[in-house]
Amino acid sequence: MTMAEDSVVDPVLERVKTGIEAFDDLVMGGLPRGRTTIVGGTPGSGKTVFATQFLAHGIADLHEPGVFVTFEESPDEIDLNMAGFGWDIRRWRERNQLVFVDASPQDRDEIVVGDFDLAGLLTRILHAVRASKAKRLVLDSLTQLFDHFIADPTTVRRELLRVAAALKQEGLTVLMTAERNSEYGEISRHRIEEFVADNVVILRNALDKERRRRTIEVLKMRGSRHVEGEVPITLVENHGLVAVPLSSLRLEQQSSTKRVTSGNAELDRMTSGGLFRDSVTLVSGATGTGKTLLVTNFLAGGVAAGERALLVGYEESRGQLFRNARGWGVDFEAMEAEGKLKVISLYPEAQSLPDHLLTIRELVEEFKPDRLAIDSLSALERIAPETGFREFLISLTSFIKQHEIAGLCTATNKSLIGGQSASEQHISTLTDSIILLRYIQEGDMMNRGLMVLKMRGSEHDKQIRRFTIDGEGMHLGEPFGGAPDVFGDTAIAGPTA
Amino acid sequence: MNMNDVTGKVVRPMLRLYLAGDAPGARRALEGRKRLIDAALEPIDIEVIDILERPAEAEIAGILATPTLSDETVTPPRRLIGDISNTAQVLEYFGYRNKDASA
Repeated sequence: MTMAEDSVVDPVLERVKTGIEAFDDLVMGGLPRGRTTIVGGTPGSGKTVFATQFLAHGIADLHEPGVFVTFEESPDEIDLNMAGFGWDIRRWRERNQLVFVDASPQDRDEIVVGDFDLAGLLTRILHAVRASKAKRLVLDSLTQLFDHFIADPTTVRRELLRVAAALKQEGLTVLMTAERNSEYGEISRHRIEEFVADNVVILRNALDKERRRRTIEVLKMRGSRHVEGEVPITLVENHGLVAVPLSSLRLEQQSSTKRVTSGNAELDRMTSGGLFRDSVTLVSGATGTGKTLLVTNFLAGGVAAGERALLVGYEESRGQLFRNARGWGVDFEAMEAEGKLKVISLYPEAQSLPDHLLTIRELVEEFKPDRLAIDSLSALERIAPETGFREFLISLTSFIKQHEIAGLCTATNKSLIGGQSASEQHISTLTDSIILLRYIQEGDMMNRGLMVLKMRGSEHDKQIRRFTIDGEGMHLGEPFGGAPDVFGDTAIAGPTA
Repeated sequence: MNMNDVTGKVVRPMLRLYLAGDAPGARRALEGRKRLIDAALEPIDIEVIDILERPAEAEIAGILATPTLSDETVTPPRRLIGDISNTAQVLEYFGYRNKDASA
């Protein structure tokens, strides 16, 4: 029995959507119809959730019934475990839209002598497929099937090949899960993927600098293109798996030439008319240089111009943010009462970075702000491994631009004078504008200086301007006379515009 | 399925043999079944279930592999998967006495 005679690229492979949007993007629209996909992962990596979501999306959204062959948990356990994702498995079972083949371990005395076949399994699957008119099929997990017949892996292999071929003939789109021993070792135990799968997808739940980082990776797609590399995923209540799309997939945001106020008239002049509508600006500075003040001005300036403004804070409580604003003559309460402003304060440690990204996206989609401030990125950077942080920034900036929002993010320098933070290094290439706030020593005086370091697509004042902060906010003054080194003694080369 | 044995007494099916169509394995299993009935000291009934014709039975019994010989009258059910041609071993596993052994 031959498995796949079609190794040529078929440009018109029909796609089966998995319900995990950003994942479907990775595989050019979905899993190819009538093909077999192996989803490999370590225990707890989300294989069963992925598999169930694949069926749930078909049933709930596309009128495609499904069959779930479970070798591990009983149907009732799956029912229960998946209820938190908002899937009404019980109702689907009652309506025969979802039919289980229960191959979970039972209390039995059983011995295996000599040769056998898996006709029992295949017959039951086909029976369930006919009963439900299924288009999608899940086998979860093959590893358990091998463990059931632990003494005869060769027979199971041979029989599984036969089963897979028969299922393919039925035109079913099949998703099989397989357990992995390690995140970066062989694809699956028993090397199942080598003989049954057209496509291989890996789910990971890796420990990186003491933090769990979930990702999904498409390893192989027979006869089809796919996006390479790991993409962050997260498990969301009432939703299931959500992949976090990387902006590298869609970089074609239009650039607006429309300017909006920074909330500070003098800064608007320095930037030749304010910030761009769909741009992201980074404000970088040591603690106490006035970042939060710039944020406050940015929000207040937007509200004064009739815009809606959203602040997501990770460093200070709502109360503290409101008190700060009041100290600079800005009334956040009144703005919130008007529905023009929304201030959200979150603990960076409360959730993972991809979850933070989803939270921001949800807030934006719900509140529909014209401008968004994030204070600060450095607080988020603390909780993330480096690669994860860069992915987060890419996704965040592209999301802000796609929604044509004016974004302002802050980053805190660790050293008081000069220096660059890691987030600065990451974000400098991703943001459109960079404003540096620095302490600058003059004789025995410590002054504050502001500099527009970069502004994409625009002329800007390149001088380092003195500024002061009082009860009315920030006042930009004259440029510094000498040529102070805003990057500090170590003279790190600044990011280029 | 009830059967009359030679004495005319009705006996309950005690064992079930699940097999798939007329594959070579299924035919060997049917021969094995005949030998078991012949060799057992007590009357022994082995009901044959072709899962291709009765897939619902396979689902209810949770059959994965064929052939499977199953005693569902005991808890937990007792099963032998694969080759049932070793008559003495099979009878012993299911707790039946062998004519030869008891003679």
